[in-house]
Amino acid sequence: MPRLPDLQAAFSAALTDPDAAVPEGVTAPRGGRADKRFAVYRNNVTVSLVGALEDTFPAIARLLGDEYFTALAREYVRAKRPSSPFLAEYGEDFGDFLDAFPPLAGYPYLGDVARLEHAWLSAYHAADAAPLDPARLTAISESDVGDVRFTLHPALRMVQSRWPILQLFEANRTGEGKPPADLSSGGESVLVTRPVLDVTLSRLAPGASYFLNALAEGSTLGAAAGKAFENASEFDLAQALQAALAAGAFADIRMPD
Amino acid sequence: MSNKTLTAAIVAGAVATAVASVAAPGSASAAAKEKCYGVSLAGQNDCAAGPGTSCAGTSSIDYQGNAWTLVPQGTCASIELPDGRVGSLEPLDRDLPEG
Repeated sequence: MPRLPDLQAAFSAALTDPDAAVPEGVTAPRGGRADKRFAVYRNNVTVSLVGALEDTFPAIARLLGDEYFTALAREYVRAKRPSSPFLAEYGEDFGDFLDAFPPLAGYPYLGDVARLEHAWLSAYHAADAAPLDPARLTAISESDVGDVRFTLHPALRMVQSRWPILQLFEANRTGEGKPPADLSSGGESVLVTRPVLDVTLSRLAPGASYFLNALAEGSTLGAAAGKAFENASEFDLAQALQAALAAGAFADIRMPD
Repeated sequence: MSNKTLTAAIVAGAVATAVASVAAPGSASAAAKEKCYGVSLAGQNDCAAGPGTSCAGTSSIDYQGNAWTLVPQGTCASIELPDGRVGSLEPLDRDLPEG
């Protein structure tokens, strides 16, 4: 008999490889062959992981159709086994997989839509935190307010795209009544937040992603605004700050030392 | 516009404008709901937690005490259920699956 760790490693490796032999040491009762039994196990693993991808990426499934999506998901499952025991994290690089999947080269927006869908689920499962009360900013003196730093909300995610991914997400996921996405309408950067219980998606204005990224890296309010202006001359600080506060993008502020 | 030209007055003015026009985050739909435990029928608890969770549609018995659904705020504890049960904002010990 193989040692247990070796048996487990061989068992795991053979699960997503349909051409692999039944691992040594895996037998039916009285030492009989276990080919059929192992095939059942292998099938259950694949079906459950394909099902997880269907649950996490409903917009991609709708864009591709169920038959195509299932075949694509099987390819992904063969290539990528879960890296976490938490199944909702499975598919974290499904967007990268779509980008690199040659038959889908004519649909370059799919990867970004998948990243947005995964960001939605990740925000859903992020830690709870009360959103920053905007009134706390008004209590700070004019000379100090530019030096305030922000703690971003744990559920905040951003997905930037050259494609209208928020339109694509809403048209293919939120349900009926949404207009089809206009692929010629330009790129959209999307802010994902979960102020209380519901995940919220909103379109980021020009420069706002630079602003929030700078704040996330610990820049002061003034420095982050400067960074956004450098990258997008039409950046509107009041509008960006108002949108971020309304979306619950912040959890806390830290006063200058 | 460079960083240097962003004077304290400009930043403070933008903050004042932003705060004056913002509603409290999450005030519209989410805050108007509450997690209500113990009122879902079996298999109908409300959740979008994705795969691998013992969540959406998996409560196995009616009015399961640790399964919740979203209901309009203020209505949870007034939801009337069979046999004198009521909903709760906290998970309940009653009607749990065995094992």
